[in-house]
Amino acid sequence: MTTAAALPAEDTRTARENRWLRFTLRRSGRLLASLWVLVTAAFLMMHLVPGDPVRAAMGPTAPAAVVEARRESLGLNDPIWQQYLDYLQGLFTGDLGTSIGSQLPVAETIAQRLPATAALAVLAFLVAVIIAIPTGIAIAVATRRGRGRRLELGFTSSSVFISTIPDFLLGVFLVWVFGVSLGWLPVAGRGGPESYILPVIALAVGPAAILARIVRVEMLGVLETDFVRTARAKRLPLWRIYLSHALPNAVTASLTLAGLMLSSLVVGTVLVESVFAWPGLGSTIVSSIQLKDYPLVQGTVLVYGVGVLVVNTIVDLVLATLDPRTTVAEH
Amino acid sequence: MNILTRILRTPLGIAAVVMLTLVVATAIFAPILWGEEAAAVDTDNMLAGPSLEHPIGTDQLGRDLLLRVLVATRLSVTLAVLATLVAVSAGLILGVAPLLLGRHIGRGVTWLVGVAVAFPGLLLALSFAVIFGSGWLGAVLAIGLAGAPSFARLCQTLIAGVASRDFVAAARIGGVGRFRVLTRHVLPNIGEPLIVNATIGAGGALLAFAGLSFIGLGVQPPDYDWGRLMMEGLLGIYVNPLAALAPGMAVVIAGLSFNLVGEAAARSLGIQVGGFTSKVRKAASKPVTAPAAVVAADAADNDDVVLDVRDLRVSFPGPAGDVRPVRGVSFSVRRGEAVGIVGESGSGKSVTALSIAQLVESPGVVEAKALSFLGEDLVHGDTARHRKLLGTSLAMVFQDPMTSFNPTKRMGAQLAEVATEHQGLSRKEALARAIDRLDAVRITDPAQRAKQYPHEFSGGMRQRAMIGMGLMGAPALIIADEPTTALDVTVQQQVLDLLEAIRERDDVALLLISHDVSVVAEVCDRVLVMYAGRIVEDLPAADLATAAKHPYTRALLAAVPDMDTHLHLPLATIAGRPVDPAQLPEGCAYAARCPLADARCRAVDPHLATDEDGDRVACWRAGEPMPLGMPQVRTGVETNETEGVLV
Repeated sequence: MTTAAALPAEDTRTARENRWLRFTLRRSGRLLASLWVLVTAAFLMMHLVPGDPVRAAMGPTAPAAVVEARRESLGLNDPIWQQYLDYLQGLFTGDLGTSIGSQLPVAETIAQRLPATAALAVLAFLVAVIIAIPTGIAIAVATRRGRGRRLELGFTSSSVFISTIPDFLLGVFLVWVFGVSLGWLPVAGRGGPESYILPVIALAVGPAAILARIVRVEMLGVLETDFVRTARAKRLPLWRIYLSHALPNAVTASLTLAGLMLSSLVVGTVLVESVFAWPGLGSTIVSSIQLKDYPLVQGTVLVYGVGVLVVNTIVDLVLATLDPRTTVAEH
Repeated sequence: MNILTRILRTPLGIAAVVMLTLVVATAIFAPILWGEEAAAVDTDNMLAGPSLEHPIGTDQLGRDLLLRVLVATRLSVTLAVLATLVAVSAGLILGVAPLLLGRHIGRGVTWLVGVAVAFPGLLLALSFAVIFGSGWLGAVLAIGLAGAPSFARLCQTLIAGVASRDFVAAARIGGVGRFRVLTRHVLPNIGEPLIVNATIGAGGALLAFAGLSFIGLGVQPPDYDWGRLMMEGLLGIYVNPLAALAPGMAVVIAGLSFNLVGEAAARSLGIQVGGFTSKVRKAASKPVTAPAAVVAADAADNDDVVLDVRDLRVSFPGPAGDVRPVRGVSFSVRRGEAVGIVGESGSGKSVTALSIAQLVESPGVVEAKALSFLGEDLVHGDTARHRKLLGTSLAMVFQDPMTSFNPTKRMGAQLAEVATEHQGLSRKEALARAIDRLDAVRITDPAQRAKQYPHEFSGGMRQRAMIGMGLMGAPALIIADEPTTALDVTVQQQVLDLLEAIRERDDVALLLISHDVSVVAEVCDRVLVMYAGRIVEDLPAADLATAAKHPYTRALLAAVPDMDTHLHLPLATIAGRPVDPAQLPEGCAYAARCPLADARCRAVDPHLATDEDGDRVACWRAGEPMPLGMPQVRTGVETNETEGVLV
């Protein structure tokens, strides 16, 4: 660290920008490599299915000639490396193959279904963050330095309990309370804004509990640091000390976790969609697995996987921007 | 067994073990007792609600749901445990692969695990479910393999910890084969944490299984587990909500019991225990009987006084009563005057500085008969006005400039916010002032430097910037708490010179806190010597070398090495340890270490008395000649511990 400081100011500035650039490049390289693994795994998935996937999909009663024709049209009779290259080439042109069941292009089905799922995941993530960060900060301030022991115990135990309840179970519970008993909110399908409330709550509560706990622990640590004392010595208002000085330093661990949360939220929608009969990708992947519609499964798994990878990459880049030390810390 | 007894020591551990025992007992006995009954079809009672005969109703074939939930325990738990075993075994294979297969293949495996870990388990489980098909076996493999990457990661971390230890290296050098190293040396050492994590993992597998069965990809009829029961129950939720909620509750209870047992085991094995540990030391219950300090009378009636402190006391609550690091400190600082406070660590000098600056936080309590800064009473009165006054007229310089700046904010912004907050400048004006101030503290190329982050500054530069931050307003007093201690010797002088220059130019008063008598002697006009939360001597800095009267001051001075000090001799130190603020003696706090101490010193605490020169000293035997052989000399190694070294 001191070596950088010994250089003239001009040089360190470019050094910092270079470091950021190098970090971004490195991170993008990792993204590409992970994408390749994902694509290859998705491709291999269909070939690892025991027996003939087309026969499995069409059932034992389909005539052999029809099965053979479908195999031919799917290119399954080509050598495997040829199929792999075709698959990669297809991906570059946005072709995810054709559904065995509906005969529709997989990309079309996905494009139709994706917005409902993405809206659910993003909304749930935002709700979780909006609840968790202020709660975490407030509880940290209230339980600092051995204050509010009861509050601390209550918060910790309830957040642990809440975070162990799986989202789909919470969904069922919410359906019962707000749909069946109270009749306040719709419990199935995607309609107006009110139809989002229950699925979003079901998805957001668990992550919010975990995140609030992490934010609290991180804030407790940051509030004891020397630079927070400096901020107090500057006589800044409390909200500035907490939000502008402490929070960005507490956010590294919290955001790393939030990223993991978001990627598992993306996939967690599968189960919650099935509780609320939500017309998203989740119901598509479940039904296509049950119907053994392998090209459709392949396509949806790929979309979920890409979603996860993109989210992780964005989180890392945001972290590097917020906390300039991250770019240095990674080798 | 040892672990079990340790888990059972906490209430949470007991609850967790009891819960898990009940779950396992139900899994074993419920199918034996009620297996047939739970499968009995009753066409007269299809989809019935709760009744005496059927406490939570029946399903679409009239089978009793309570019994089905209880019987389903066996399949749910067994499948979860099986899936966990698959996950741990696969994870172990992937985890030890780098150790067995050598560096190159190992690196590839590690990389693949790293990629796979990024994907959520559910996505992996769904993908594997495609390959293995629906059904319990497919689901076990799917959930198991989906959990494998995170266990592989765990194994790699654990193995890395063990493999670097000496006995493994020794075994390798001794020609022990890789496989033998693994089974003999590595695996036994990662067993415990692996089992603990597997227990927690079983809870997760249970929930995952319920999820997979819930969407119809897990257990298939006529078999049933909790997830399957939930799926069937959800269809009839308007008729009988309990049909869906009861198996859900069973999932939560069983999952929680696995989790909690794992967590309790982790805690009792000392893997991680959280919680707030108080820095405050144990306090003695003995009340402090401090004589009221005799205050120098000339303080208050002088317009020139910037800071007036009278009978300042600070206490922190401790587990056994209050700890009082500052016990009745009185002094004043005039305009442009440099006052030093010296003493060992624990003497209360830093807490004095923080309490004057109003930076002692709850639960610490600051009391004073008077604490006025620029004529403003800081003990009572308007806090909003104090904030502005202190923000612009009081500058703080802390010990460690590395940690005292916010690492996520640019230097310029950190300085500028003082001006936007207290002086009503716009952001742009404030930044311009910040750059001007950086220039004033001799930072070259300040405009560029203002755009940098603290970690891009060197230590001395950061400390100068900290001083510059204090100069954003128009300070009347700079409180510098050990400003040079964390710096290289070569830059210490620069910082002291800078403080000196600012003091001369703007007639700013300086309160310099240091353990280093020579620094204080160089910079200050007047020196306050603190011991055990009190001022024990107050004298002009010029008189330090010749006219110090308190034995403690003299011992501090004697411990300063000079050019005549022989390099091969051990450094001089003050014998004994600084007194614990929680365990203050009856008489003079320094008596136990003082070569002059007599019976009176040990019985009665001396007052801080003003002599004819206006100097103050708190000692019954002030100015008496030291006995021969003082100060006592001890080895240099110990000196670091007692922090009695004064370089």
